[in-house]
Amino acid sequence: MSEHIILQVKNLKVNFNVSSEGDMPWTKPKKLQAVNNVSFDLKAGETLGIVGESGCGKSTLARAIVKMVPTDSGKVIWLGNDLLTLNKSDMRQHRKQIQMIFQDPLASLNPRMNIGEIIAEPLRTHYPKTPETDVKKRVKDVMNKVGLLDNLVNRYPHEFSGGQCQRIGIARAIILKPKLIICDEPVSALDVSIQAQVVNLLMDLQGEMELALIFIAHDLSIVKHISTKIMVLYLGNMVELANSEDIYSNPRHPYTQALISAVPIPDPSIEKNKELILIQGDLPSPVDPPSGCVFRTRCQKAQDICAEEKPEFIEASSSHEVACHFHD
Amino acid sequence: MSFLEVSNLKVEFDTADGVVSAVNNVNFSLDEGKVLAIVGESGSGKSQTVFAMTGLLDHNGRASGSVKFEGDEILNIPNDVLNRIRAKKIAMIFQDPMTSLNPYVRVSEQMAEVLVHHKGISKSDAINQSIVMLDAVKIPEAKSRIKMYPHEFSGGMRQRVMIAMSLLCHPKLLIADEPTTALDVTVQAQIMHLMSEIQKEFGMSIILITHDLGVVAGNSDDMLVMYGGEVMELGKTEHLYANPTHPYTQGLMSAVPRLDDINEKLITIPGSPPNMMLKPIGCPFSPRCKFANDKCLSNIPVLTKVGENNQYRACHVAIESIL
Repeated sequence: MSEHIILQVKNLKVNFNVSSEGDMPWTKPKKLQAVNNVSFDLKAGETLGIVGESGCGKSTLARAIVKMVPTDSGKVIWLGNDLLTLNKSDMRQHRKQIQMIFQDPLASLNPRMNIGEIIAEPLRTHYPKTPETDVKKRVKDVMNKVGLLDNLVNRYPHEFSGGQCQRIGIARAIILKPKLIICDEPVSALDVSIQAQVVNLLMDLQGEMELALIFIAHDLSIVKHISTKIMVLYLGNMVELANSEDIYSNPRHPYTQALISAVPIPDPSIEKNKELILIQGDLPSPVDPPSGCVFRTRCQKAQDICAEEKPEFIEASSSHEVACHFHD
Repeated sequence: MSFLEVSNLKVEFDTADGVVSAVNNVNFSLDEGKVLAIVGESGSGKSQTVFAMTGLLDHNGRASGSVKFEGDEILNIPNDVLNRIRAKKIAMIFQDPMTSLNPYVRVSEQMAEVLVHHKGISKSDAINQSIVMLDAVKIPEAKSRIKMYPHEFSGGMRQRVMIAMSLLCHPKLLIADEPTTALDVTVQAQIMHLMSEIQKEFGMSIILITHDLGVVAGNSDDMLVMYGGEVMELGKTEHLYANPTHPYTQGLMSAVPRLDDINEKLITIPGSPPNMMLKPIGCPFSPRCKFANDKCLSNIPVLTKVGENNQYRACHVAIESIL
């Protein structure tokens, strides 16, 4: 694993304007902070796992990195260039090195294209001059790589199972030999026995191609399995960032602690005697987040200072960062 | 006499492409106050098994066999008789609470309707009882929130409303079909915790349908593993996790990553679950099973007892060779 940083995200902010029902046309829309001040580094060949509950901004963060949603401020530095300042044609040059895989495998494939066309599309878009024989050969190669029989090129997506569709999505993502793949909940729509196949495939490809991965999922066990480091998001804010072993053996933020204790372990002797940290209440509305620390409304450790002052993201121990006034 | 006894349950669907067998020869029994988990992947027949038991199959579905509830046969009995049983003794909650609630009707109306219809009490009494039940499932400010519409609740709160609604008539059996699949882990933990508290308080039995082996481990007494419409293994949850005797159960257990474990690579089950239109002739798992022999490909194995612990497995391969 090489040591150089390929992606640096600095103080990234994404706001959405939302107007609520019954607003007058001249009412100023409210600001929804979907991603608030997120920063991290990603090295070549590394996997960053992003976890959090639904609505915490994990997918928005992923989309903001590739400019699929407009950002408000911050920097996304990809191999020395700030992607957010680039124009369309310059962005294209970098965009081919960053690919994405989505949650719903069937919905992310065009039903009217056969899978040969689907897999070849990035190649035809970014390198339109590639001779047809080369395209065919490259498509066959990646199909073999992801475990699809290459005689299936003329079939259509509906003829495949969910797991196979996800393999097609992965084939499409790796055909340009990217340096980074952003996986947005790639296995959550799949059956248990198929999940393991797709996770293993991603890890194999990563080793083979020196890929960096950003792996978003709500299933913490899978994220832990695949990631080198893990970021925990809550209401658009980073609450903890550390390497994956550390975050599970020694979670420092009360939210991370509750999140980890909520994950059921498939072993009755452990699971039935486990001490559960239940988080009370619901996620606050991101349009009107709590003052100070965003987690304070559901936190057992919360005190007055948590409402007044937003905790800074500090390094609690080597490469273990946390945002909490009373972290462990 | 056991509380619930299912024997030789079969479910078939007539489709344009012919008859599809969704559930084949399912046998199990459930004692009062116990939790049985039915585990399986999509298409394994776990939901259709309970739909058949409760008379909720689609119009093109047929069930045969026997389901005895408190000693009485309830499979394929007339709807009005079944309605009385479903009203008072069997309740069900589903995966997606939003689609199980009527979006146009206030929660108070939907809950009161259950009591007015089944118990014939007045509407104001019914609403008061509903508020008590919402309190019991820990919905804050139940009195004012009962007047809200389903969309004004969060996913976890909606599932609590569903649980409260199912408990209104104090059922003896609660069937929960993937109750936490659509929820976040923290909310899942809250709901499962709530269900086990309520189960103890009301002393009811639960059939918990899920694909999450973690949820099963913490919340069930017995478990039934299904694949391709057949029962693969049945036994006490503790024993099944400690000593899975069926290749499918073993595969499933090792394919799931665990938080408390650092295994380098997940052991996968090759292939994918069968298309029920083209089900294998023999054991449905045989095409993906590394131990499969000729007998597995041609004969469906029968559920037989293994060991001392009331554990059952359906597999032709000798236990010694797969452990």
